[in-house]
Amino acid sequence: MEIVKTDVAIIGAGGAGLRAAIALAETDPKLTIALISKVYPMRSHTCAAEGGAAGVIKPDDSMDLHFGDTVGGGDWLCDQDAVEYFINEAPKELIQLEHWGCPWSREPDGSVAVRPFGGMKIKRTWFAADKSGFHILHTLFQTSLQFPSIRRFDEYLATDLLVDEGRCHGLTAIEMRSGQMRRFQAKAVIIAAGGAGRIFPFTTNGAIKTGDGMALAYRAGVPLKDMEFVQYHPTGLPNTGILLTEGCRGEGGILVNKHGYRYLQDYGMGPETPVGKPVLKTMELGPRDRLSQAFWHEQQKGNTVSTTWGDCVLLDMRHLGEKKINERLPFVRDLSISYLGVDPVKDPVPIRPVVHYMMGGIHTDINAATPLPGLYAAGECACVSINGANRLGSNSLTELLVFGRRAAMSAIAYIQSGAPAAKEAALTVKADAAQGRIRALFQKSNGTESISGLRKEMTSTMEAGAGIYRTREGLADSCKKTGELRGRYAGIELHDKTNVYNTDLLAALELGSMLDCAEAVAVGALARTESRGAHQRLDFTARDDDKFLRHTLTYYHPKEPPRIEYLDVVITKSKPGVRDYSGGKK
Amino acid sequence: MSERQIQLEVLRYNPETDSEPHFQTYSVPCLNEWVVLDALNYVKDNLDPTVAYRWSCHMAVCGSCGMMVNGEPKLACKAFIREYSDNIRVEPLVHFPIERDLVTVADDFMEKLTRIKPFIIPKEQRPVSAGEYKQSPAELLTYKQYTLCINCMLCYAACPEYGSQPEFIGPAAITLAHRYNQDSRDGGRDQRQEVIATHEGVWICSFVGACSEVCPKHVDPASALQQVKVASTVDWYKEHLMPWGKK
Repeated sequence: MEIVKTDVAIIGAGGAGLRAAIALAETDPKLTIALISKVYPMRSHTCAAEGGAAGVIKPDDSMDLHFGDTVGGGDWLCDQDAVEYFINEAPKELIQLEHWGCPWSREPDGSVAVRPFGGMKIKRTWFAADKSGFHILHTLFQTSLQFPSIRRFDEYLATDLLVDEGRCHGLTAIEMRSGQMRRFQAKAVIIAAGGAGRIFPFTTNGAIKTGDGMALAYRAGVPLKDMEFVQYHPTGLPNTGILLTEGCRGEGGILVNKHGYRYLQDYGMGPETPVGKPVLKTMELGPRDRLSQAFWHEQQKGNTVSTTWGDCVLLDMRHLGEKKINERLPFVRDLSISYLGVDPVKDPVPIRPVVHYMMGGIHTDINAATPLPGLYAAGECACVSINGANRLGSNSLTELLVFGRRAAMSAIAYIQSGAPAAKEAALTVKADAAQGRIRALFQKSNGTESISGLRKEMTSTMEAGAGIYRTREGLADSCKKTGELRGRYAGIELHDKTNVYNTDLLAALELGSMLDCAEAVAVGALARTESRGAHQRLDFTARDDDKFLRHTLTYYHPKEPPRIEYLDVVITKSKPGVRDYSGGKK
Repeated sequence: MSERQIQLEVLRYNPETDSEPHFQTYSVPCLNEWVVLDALNYVKDNLDPTVAYRWSCHMAVCGSCGMMVNGEPKLACKAFIREYSDNIRVEPLVHFPIERDLVTVADDFMEKLTRIKPFIIPKEQRPVSAGEYKQSPAELLTYKQYTLCINCMLCYAACPEYGSQPEFIGPAAITLAHRYNQDSRDGGRDQRQEVIATHEGVWICSFVGACSEVCPKHVDPASALQQVKVASTVDWYKEHLMPWGKK
């Protein structure tokens, strides 16, 4: 097996991975960097983010306000030291991106413009029309091209971390083009491989978001944290799950039920605000968890609109007018017309909540370090945790930058601290084992299970048991089912046994990752007998700070369900309180 | 939701087992709202797991699923079944080597993208502590359109010049160079001109305009290339006819 020796290996080349790579290259040009991704960097799912990135820049805003919005939005499950670090770094990172050429939308005076977003008390979301993630990703990718020390390995699928004597020393990955496995021997590894929304059937997430990075760390003994917190975005197109940004509501779009009634006022987000004059942190600018939950209640009451694609509510943007929609929401208009046949200038758009984001992920501390020395993680695959039980829209793009860079700086400090070098022979044994696992998959015949069949069963059970509202019975079923599916996974067989760009193999490995993540979600959710943020239990409707002001840590077991431990939340200055989205009115 | 049966003809080529490409036809029950990518996914999940193609976002922004659909370069996720007859043929993007089935080798494109220095080369270093650059909405507008390229490579498949002269830097990469040249924060135009105002650069373009026709994001690379040509001509005159003048 060919060996690539490098100082730092980064798995994933989306926003967080690219930011980490640039930070490494800028800080020490002598460092060798391997940027390994299963897709070309600009295909990474960061490109699909629309609304924008939060950071305090305007004079009417303050760090305290961003802190308060984030911690309250997260239903006090955020680690407050991490949030504080995050909000302080956020403006610097967004300005840095501006210097690198990000085409942020502008005010008439040439300063960067900000727009309102859900759950935020002040307008602080930097945006580039409604393609903010796309522009951030391309700006980072293009900026990265000036650093010769960043060596890219595009279309390499990571299969295993190489861990020896309690330290991470690299990974194995398959080059898609040749089917050959490579051993990346690294002094430090950063995982920035994105989320796992594909464990659900109806999601805004692209096909690539299969929890590979989470599963890599998990199987290497690193716990996954708070996996039960899955964010439903309230406004997805009903047939495809395509996201219509929160910016639609930030710009003044309203949500109505089949009676034309702005139902959010009935769910603690009222009273009603004037149409087209959005008021921050109330009604349509409430947080995502509350809006998605309100949809569920409207559906129970029979107030939703029946469509071919299931029950919907209506996102009405007509009053914004064509000019504003074209200027601020051109992508939204294009997507609605193309994929649903509805022009938001002329008609309300049917939408429904759709799985969007994993608050949980690889357990890291404030330095983006995992408990495994030498291993760091950042972005959606990580849980640091600034998002707590419910992420505020526009915090995740900033998180990629802040913690992508943080992971790089921590990796450098680790290398400089003189961490012991890898023992070649031990790593050879591990890499050979990884190779053996793939070979066995190729040699297997008489399979009893199909990859797409297992995937369908997995997504069905996740939707049935681990959706917007959950119960003990439903979650127990999902736990049992995901466990059973992990067992049955041993029965799959590859139909494609060739080497070049084998997407059957890719699908098989992705399914393995998804099953591990799905089980962690279900098990964490069953054990959390309270309702907090995006985790809502019909049988335990209240938040329980005595028992659950704690992070869930799930530890992998190859055959059994994961073991669960809990870790106290870091509270520095904000005691758990009531989440108030009444807009200050009573 | 009406359903209809289509015959999806897929170019197959596996370098390990095939001496040359061939077509394989699948009968696919499609919903009228589907895109070609949905039909391919149906094949992959239900009929033949060995078909290879790239895809991810299914919303025309990641740029992965460029392919020839009935002979035209398209994003499979934005090629609607309703716009085609019952026979749809998909092939890998032309002008690129086939890696496998619908997957092309993108090395040449990636190299060209890198060569044009697609990053801000600042006029003067500005520390983060100095805050953001001021850029008026009008200044933003001069290059905004050219930032919208998703690198899907459809324009390379459409460009007859790239097809016959593979050294051509090509529409997307030159457009990206122009995007940075036009940016008020940038001072790197001279460095990029050395790459794009050359015999491998804009002067190969014969203004066929096919690039702009196929662009799924309406970037209009042809207009960028014409602007580069005009600006390069002005440079030439300034340099040769008015050597005392400033560039």
